[in-house]
Amino acid sequence: MKKLDSYPIDGKFGKYGGRFVPEVLMAAIGELEEAYAKVKQDPEFNKELKYYLSEYAGRPTPLYYAENLTKKIGGAKIYLKREDLAHGGAHKINNTLGQALLAKKMGKKRVIAETGAGQHGVATAIACAALGLKAEVYMGSEDMRRQRLNVFRMKLLGAEVHPVDSGSKTLKDSINEAFRDWVTNIESTYYLIGSVVGPHPYPMLVRDFQSVIGNELKEQFRQKEKRFPDALVACVGGGSNAIGTFYPFEDHPEVQLYGVEAAGEGIESNKHAAALGAGSEGVFHGMLTYVLQDTEGQIQTTHSISAGLDYPGVGPEHSFLKTLQRAKYFSATDTETVEAFCALSKEEGIVPALESSHAIAFARKLARKMKREETIVVTLSGRGDKDVEVVADFLGVKI
Amino acid sequence: MSDITKVFQKLKSKGEGALVGYVTGGDPKPEFTTRIAEALVKGGVDILELGIPFSDPIADGPTIQSASVHALEAGTTPQMVLGLAGEVKNKHGVPVVILTYFNPVFRMGVERFFRLAKSFGVDGVVVPDLPVEEAEAYCEAAKSYGVDTIFLATPSTSNERLCKILGCTSGFLYVVSHFGVTGAREALEESTVQLIQRFVPDTSGRIPLAVGFGVSKPEHAKSIIEAGADGVIVGSTFVNIVRKHEGDVEKMLEELGALARELKEAIKSVGKTE
Repeated sequence: MKKLDSYPIDGKFGKYGGRFVPEVLMAAIGELEEAYAKVKQDPEFNKELKYYLSEYAGRPTPLYYAENLTKKIGGAKIYLKREDLAHGGAHKINNTLGQALLAKKMGKKRVIAETGAGQHGVATAIACAALGLKAEVYMGSEDMRRQRLNVFRMKLLGAEVHPVDSGSKTLKDSINEAFRDWVTNIESTYYLIGSVVGPHPYPMLVRDFQSVIGNELKEQFRQKEKRFPDALVACVGGGSNAIGTFYPFEDHPEVQLYGVEAAGEGIESNKHAAALGAGSEGVFHGMLTYVLQDTEGQIQTTHSISAGLDYPGVGPEHSFLKTLQRAKYFSATDTETVEAFCALSKEEGIVPALESSHAIAFARKLARKMKREETIVVTLSGRGDKDVEVVADFLGVKI
Repeated sequence: MSDITKVFQKLKSKGEGALVGYVTGGDPKPEFTTRIAEALVKGGVDILELGIPFSDPIADGPTIQSASVHALEAGTTPQMVLGLAGEVKNKHGVPVVILTYFNPVFRMGVERFFRLAKSFGVDGVVVPDLPVEEAEAYCEAAKSYGVDTIFLATPSTSNERLCKILGCTSGFLYVVSHFGVTGAREALEESTVQLIQRFVPDTSGRIPLAVGFGVSKPEHAKSIIEAGADGVIVGSTFVNIVRKHEGDVEKMLEELGALARELKEAIKSVGKTE
């Protein structure tokens, strides 16, 4: 078997991935693949990206030893990779700066994006404002209601926000709508997808841009502990912060990789978003991957307290890692997630995004089972200011 | 020779363009579909295209999205649509084409899908989100059951790529008239005529070429056939009629038949007058 970090091969992670898109997009996707292959080798492009990531987005983000949380649990040492401190408040900026720079090199003036929680929409709006591109963001009307603050933020940042009223009015439908826009405006428009999903080369290029997370933490951890961490934990919706964390460690089997999906009201309730945990293989949004679907192949609507994980599919590289058992996937319920949200806020003074709180919830359980000299790094993919209202509502608190 | 090929040949010899009519199977309810099909066929539709409703139709505009929602809410399944296709085929003898996104086929199993399609008499299949690069097993299964594989070519398809697509295509080539999703349009773009003229040298004498997406009026159909296409595919306008008269079936069937007649009339004599 080839080294894991050499995938995708011919656009596929094992059998997963590929390009299941309308013919009209094939030329544009080919053009994107070529353009990306070129910039990947280009020292100028990489220098420019590095400049924006450090000077503008505030990288590297700290690797923080969560001593209070660790002591409270009394198990493995827990470190937090603080993506919540990146500009915009989430890891999303790593990808949007990379892709917006790529769009600029390709001569595209208009950028479209989909968003669930609004974090990718905000990060797209930020990157486009910085680089002088026009951003238009598709967002499900249900998500717009849940994340009003982010809608206004995007508008402040100069982006246009298009409400999506079709289907479940959430992330999957906003991706459908972004695809429809793209097939219509293919010559002028760059589709800046927000996760490691979609047709090849998106899962690969988004992973590459997000790998800054894992690469940084590898070096930071080595300086602090003089070795590799025993376990990495990250939440998985589409799975970009998880892949960004895992990828540099895929060929180091001594490092355990754990992805945490949204179990919503519980897997047995059928109101969840755990594609890897409870889904089956299907073809959706341009890729062969695990997906939540019925027996006829209709894609199911999902539920999670966090809009950012409310997605019925998952990046094809995760399907691959699951099949190989290189990574293990668990899930956290809404209730466990809100508990973790509150615990981290209280114990460490860090309010995590609800998405990231899934990873915290699992890490709390995992740490308990591990030895004190062992270590866990949790990727704290975003900050939770946007979620305060949702959490208050969940707890029945009036604010 | 497949039934689809025979129909195109017969029409060509008479100087007629072929009218391919699309509706979503099971919209608004499965029991309507055979009556809708009958109205279309009696009106003049030469080949009937039935859609399997899908939850996430990314190549479709609002009209067909809404038809899919109605059909799914009415409990329509892929097997039901294949069965309905079989009924239409038996009753009217017209070739029947199934349009489906790939996931329902993948879920059923590609081999099983074609086995079932063949057993109902389906003549061809179109999958808008399956490019030729991903279609190897699909084409093999279709071939072994003798079902035509209709692939799409678009304004962004180079002639080099077109040859690759033609290598996998049987029945007819489905040409997408413009950049965008399905949906009725007021006017036909000049670029559509140029597109047909760009593709015809590669298809002529090899495989029929039919044009769809946005074709809604008799004058569009006429210009398309005049530009050298062998057929037109009309969908969203028919689906709009279904939606508009959901509550009055007789009126729905009457209008569907009338539009099919007008469209067919417009492309009947085009070849002869040249």
